[in-house]
Amino acid sequence: MSIDRLPAPKKPGSWSVPGFGLLQGLAVTGRNMVESFYKKDRMTTVQYPEERAPISPNFRNFPFLVFDGDDSLAGLRCVACSICEKECPPQCIYIVLERDESGKSLKRPKVFDIDISVCMNCGICAEVCPFDAIYMDGEYELSTDNRFDNLLFHRERLAKSAAYHAKLRPEQAAEVEAKRKAEEEKKLAAQAAKEAKAQADKEAKDKAAAEADQKGESA
Amino acid sequence: MSLFACQHLLPSLLSPECLLGITIDVDRMQAPSIYLPEMWPRLPQNLVEMLCRALGAPDWLVTIAGFIVAASTVVGVFMGGFALLSLVERKTLARIQNRIGPNRAGWFGILQPVADGIKMLTKEDIVPTKAEWFLHLVAPIMIVLPAILALGVIPFGREWTPVPLELGLLFFFSVGAMTELSVFMAGWASGSKFPMLGAMRAISQMVSYELPLILSAIGVVMVSGSLSLPAIVEKQGGFHLGFIPAWNIFTPWGLVAGLVFYIASIAEANRCPFDLPEGESEIVAGHMTEYSGFKYALFFMGEYLGLFAISGLGITLFLGGWQAPLPGLGFVPSWIWFFAKLVVVIMSYLWIRGTFPRVRIDQLMRFAWQFLIPVALLTLPAAAIWHFSGRGFLAWVVTIPLLMIPWLVLTVLYNRRLAPATRRYTFAE
Repeated sequence: MSIDRLPAPKKPGSWSVPGFGLLQGLAVTGRNMVESFYKKDRMTTVQYPEERAPISPNFRNFPFLVFDGDDSLAGLRCVACSICEKECPPQCIYIVLERDESGKSLKRPKVFDIDISVCMNCGICAEVCPFDAIYMDGEYELSTDNRFDNLLFHRERLAKSAAYHAKLRPEQAAEVEAKRKAEEEKKLAAQAAKEAKAQADKEAKDKAAAEADQKGESA
Repeated sequence: MSLFACQHLLPSLLSPECLLGITIDVDRMQAPSIYLPEMWPRLPQNLVEMLCRALGAPDWLVTIAGFIVAASTVVGVFMGGFALLSLVERKTLARIQNRIGPNRAGWFGILQPVADGIKMLTKEDIVPTKAEWFLHLVAPIMIVLPAILALGVIPFGREWTPVPLELGLLFFFSVGAMTELSVFMAGWASGSKFPMLGAMRAISQMVSYELPLILSAIGVVMVSGSLSLPAIVEKQGGFHLGFIPAWNIFTPWGLVAGLVFYIASIAEANRCPFDLPEGESEIVAGHMTEYSGFKYALFFMGEYLGLFAISGLGITLFLGGWQAPLPGLGFVPSWIWFFAKLVVVIMSYLWIRGTFPRVRIDQLMRFAWQFLIPVALLTLPAAAIWHFSGRGFLAWVVTIPLLMIPWLVLTVLYNRRLAPATRRYTFAE
């Protein structure tokens, strides 16, 4: 083993008094120490259980289901179409469609389970949902002492209000809200148009009938 | 009066000097002064003695009881100091790194040492199969013992030197040398390679740094003309020009010797940046690798008590011991000054720990042998010249160049030798 000695690197214009570097180092740490007592931006520690750092709107983990109105189960936007179930790469979603006695679809899930111990937070379910019913959540305190029951989320636990979504990701929620409103208006307009058309048809029919009657009478 | 003589005479009679046939310092055994605050640290001892006497105990029993209480006072104070320091150190380092530090256990983390203590006590005590179990058990005890013994001879106040030995300084260093033995004992007895390597490094470090440590203390002995620590402190009383304390640090040789002593004491106490014996990145925890639970805590206790002892000695030798820093402050009890200085010195250790990275083993050894020992040796002629040229203007004129020129030459030479080395590991390729 050989040791090659190189000349000590010297910054241009720096002091070369022996020991000055040590004093500079001490000054840096000393300033750190003193300023930590009165400069807020020096102490960036967030004391976790008492205070939390705000999460970014881009933060996302396990999915949740959005509901409108007050009733968390009746108001679910989900229509149990099972697209997310089929798209889910680790297959952590399990959906059963609710049907009435005659076997007709009620367009809502009877069972909607997500096993978050399997979920990999990819967000594909939220991407593919055509009904804006499933979104990625911002909750991260999910540790539990029972990995079977407490990590299998049922629809009661998954259901969260549209207001929660608006609070979690305001921009996305506003966009979705606007889209839904537009669709709703379109639907209403279409219905109104349909009704109006039906009315017009009916009137026209009535008129025609009346005219026919009149004709018959006159004839 | 016979009681008082007994109380001081008996510990001294039991001291190694007396056992070796060396005379004890009878001058130290004066009656206590009347100024009450000076006596507060000795209050428990005096109370127990009074109680024993009131109960009609014989003189020897009173003396032994008083001695036990005196020893317990020192041990108690510094055990409390150890607990407090372990918290203060973590808090200070945290602040230096812009963190908050432990603040969960109790108010501002004040109960953290208690929590640590409970954790250490309840942890499993593991003895490796290949360990020599007896030495493995004795080593941590042996590392606490010299630290406590060394604390006994330090004059904490005008009236409070637990054991006023005439050869206190010698006693301190001879007892301090036991630490090396116990470190090696721990390394050897663990029967594992990291402790062995760590202990070897620790021994080479401690032996190397003991030389500048003792050499820098000799100048003080030469000037004070005594090995008795209370006498050394008393010699540093008074003020130059009416306001500069006559401490040894305010002399040219004292400043240099004090700096050397300070650096060497950091290394002796295994503190950062000389904490190679426990360099985690290289040798796990050195000689403490195979220790767990309370034995591990004992190593820490020994280290911190040693830190107290060695900074106490530094204060005694160079910073005027219990002497007040300014005239007119004599009304403050002297032991308060001692502990104030102790706090300042300990905080400086923490500051250094928070600032400098750990040195490499070759840098460490070279620094001791090529820089500290020559400089420490130079303080001896400087102290002699200082003493014999009247400690006046002439002494300053002669000793400052005598110390400064070699210091600068050595630093330049040393810095040149210390340039970053590129190592080629031919066998590794």
